[in-house]
Amino acid sequence: MKKTYKIDVDCANCANKMEEAARNTAGVKDATVNFMMLKMIVEFEDGQDPKAVMKDVLKNCKKVEDDCEIYL
Amino acid sequence: MNKKQKKMLIRIIIAAVLIVVFSLLPAEGYLRFVLFMIPYLVIGYDILKKAFKGILNKQVFDENFLMAVATVGAILLGDYSEGVAVMLFYQIGELFQSYAVGKSRRNISELMDIRPDYANIEKDGTLEQVDPDEVEIGTIIVVQPGEKVPIDGVITEGTSTLNTSALTGESLPRDAKAGDEVISGCINMTGLLKIRTTKEFGESTVSKILELVENSSSRKSKSENFISKFAKYYTPAVCYGALALAFIPPIVLLIMGKSAMWGDWIYRALTFLVISCPCALVISIPLSFFAGIGGASNQGILVKGSNYLETLAQTKYVVFDKTGTMTQGVFEVSGIHHNKMPDEKLLEYAALAECSSSHPISKSLQKAYGKPIDRNRVTDIEEISGNGVIAKVDGVSVAAGNTKLMNRLGIAYQDCHHVGTVVHMAIDGKYAGHILISDIIKPHAKEAIAELKKAGISKTVMLTGDSKRVADQVAGELGIQEVYSELLPADKVSRVEELLNQKSEKAKLAFVGDGINDAPVLSRADIGIAMGALGSDAAIEAADIVLMDDDPLKISKAIKIARKCIRIVYENIYFAIGIKILCLILGALGIANMWVAIFADVGVMILAVLNAIRTLFVKNL
Repeated sequence: MKKTYKIDVDCANCANKMEEAARNTAGVKDATVNFMMLKMIVEFEDGQDPKAVMKDVLKNCKKVEDDCEIYL
Repeated sequence: MNKKQKKMLIRIIIAAVLIVVFSLLPAEGYLRFVLFMIPYLVIGYDILKKAFKGILNKQVFDENFLMAVATVGAILLGDYSEGVAVMLFYQIGELFQSYAVGKSRRNISELMDIRPDYANIEKDGTLEQVDPDEVEIGTIIVVQPGEKVPIDGVITEGTSTLNTSALTGESLPRDAKAGDEVISGCINMTGLLKIRTTKEFGESTVSKILELVENSSSRKSKSENFISKFAKYYTPAVCYGALALAFIPPIVLLIMGKSAMWGDWIYRALTFLVISCPCALVISIPLSFFAGIGGASNQGILVKGSNYLETLAQTKYVVFDKTGTMTQGVFEVSGIHHNKMPDEKLLEYAALAECSSSHPISKSLQKAYGKPIDRNRVTDIEEISGNGVIAKVDGVSVAAGNTKLMNRLGIAYQDCHHVGTVVHMAIDGKYAGHILISDIIKPHAKEAIAELKKAGISKTVMLTGDSKRVADQVAGELGIQEVYSELLPADKVSRVEELLNQKSEKAKLAFVGDGINDAPVLSRADIGIAMGALGSDAAIEAADIVLMDDDPLKISKAIKIARKCIRIVYENIYFAIGIKILCLILGALGIANMWVAIFADVGVMILAVLNAIRTLFVKNL
């Protein structure tokens, strides 16, 4: 399942780091961050609850870039 | 500017003024340090905070860390003004970057501003604006002049002219009347229209297009991936380089018994750190692609991802489908030959004689005749399958059909040397000439091929299911180099595969089709281009690049846009990496000071961003 989230982040490199952090979160199959559209597209692994996974994704993103936001 | 940017601008101004004022004061020693700490903290407190948090989160090597170490280092060495200035210029660069990105983000969304905000529904004689998402299929919506058609549907009442330029980039308006299908995203220009919706908003053309374009830069190109990888290794590498520069030479000098010059080497290491920030690359590459995709969509060319722009730029082979791509795909009367009676009269006889047939040929005869058909004038209709029709029109016997019919009736006929379907006519037992019906080549098709050749496409190939004679003639007329005719859809795939094997790895092959029964070929080619895709979901699904209208000239335009975009991307990669490496070397040798380092960081970034924005201007390509 794929879902798109609106994000807020200031620099392109930070967006890359968020992408990496989201990808490495458990339950996430693949993630892409589109810095220009300020969007994060997350593909979840089967049987995962997007809401719970996204909480972890946000936590991991905050770790790599404190100044970011994902609008869940 | 948004709130964040305004706040930053104020901080920059305050810090800049303070630096200038304090530099003029004759303060020395501690007082000077304390004074300079004021603008330093004003401009840099958030960077220091982020750097500190980064260390806590084990994300040490980011720009904030680089800047914090470089500036703190400079201040410890006693270069107060330089330390503060580095921070100031770094922040100016960041502000510029965020402003430029925000600006192009808005610009591009304006280019793609086709999202309708509301739909009008008539209730008890008054119009009510509702969210297009809430409109059910089959609802009658009202579109006033100047408004966008929000949802796909069929006109039930009213006539008007529609402007499709937001969708196709084509400024020629289209006429629309009751019974016509309209697609969402068009602007109603003249009259009030009532439209019965045939789709939900989410399934309408406009939503499909928006979804496609908005997701487009999520498919990343090789250059973008290269840059992300590069940034990942580059920053730590430079940090270690700086560390080595700070310690190894002084220690070596010490061992050699000379003075270590710690201050000098640490200063050089700090310039290293300032130069190293990868921002210029990391921002300008995706920005170029984004602007390229935005500019293309403004021209009615939808690109599904930056990777496709990259492939398109390397295209050397272009393979076309014939019908619907290079030709209109509709059969029309294209000539009347060897007739003694006026053209109109002959057409009238032909149309009347064929009035009961629903064959495409009969349809095109009736269309060319253009007047309503009075069936009472036609009697004794006899259709001879595979031959033609014999009938009496106004009491005169008329035979319309192919050569077999003429032979059968024993009438001498004249062959046509043009390509197409020929309808021979015999009236009152005598040969009366023939009518040529053929598929018409699109107005810009020839120009399009010439443009492609000019753009350096080395091979143009046409594939068609049509007969060899027709195919050869069309290809000859257009200047297409290779033709393969009488192909079944599966043959087209194998032909494309053959061509793919022939070419070198670097030269890419593009297939252009109209999306109808081309899907397998579109996906097999390196890059699939669907044209005339307005309203065709299947084509939008299957292709990598979608031309919204059916003008073949857009193919070369798309290639040119892609090339310009890639050229700018490479310019930025070489320029930014080149300047940085040069400055790193100069810095290590002690030639480049902190100010050069600031240029290498902020200046290069600003230039790269400005260069990237050029991608947006594609109108005159």
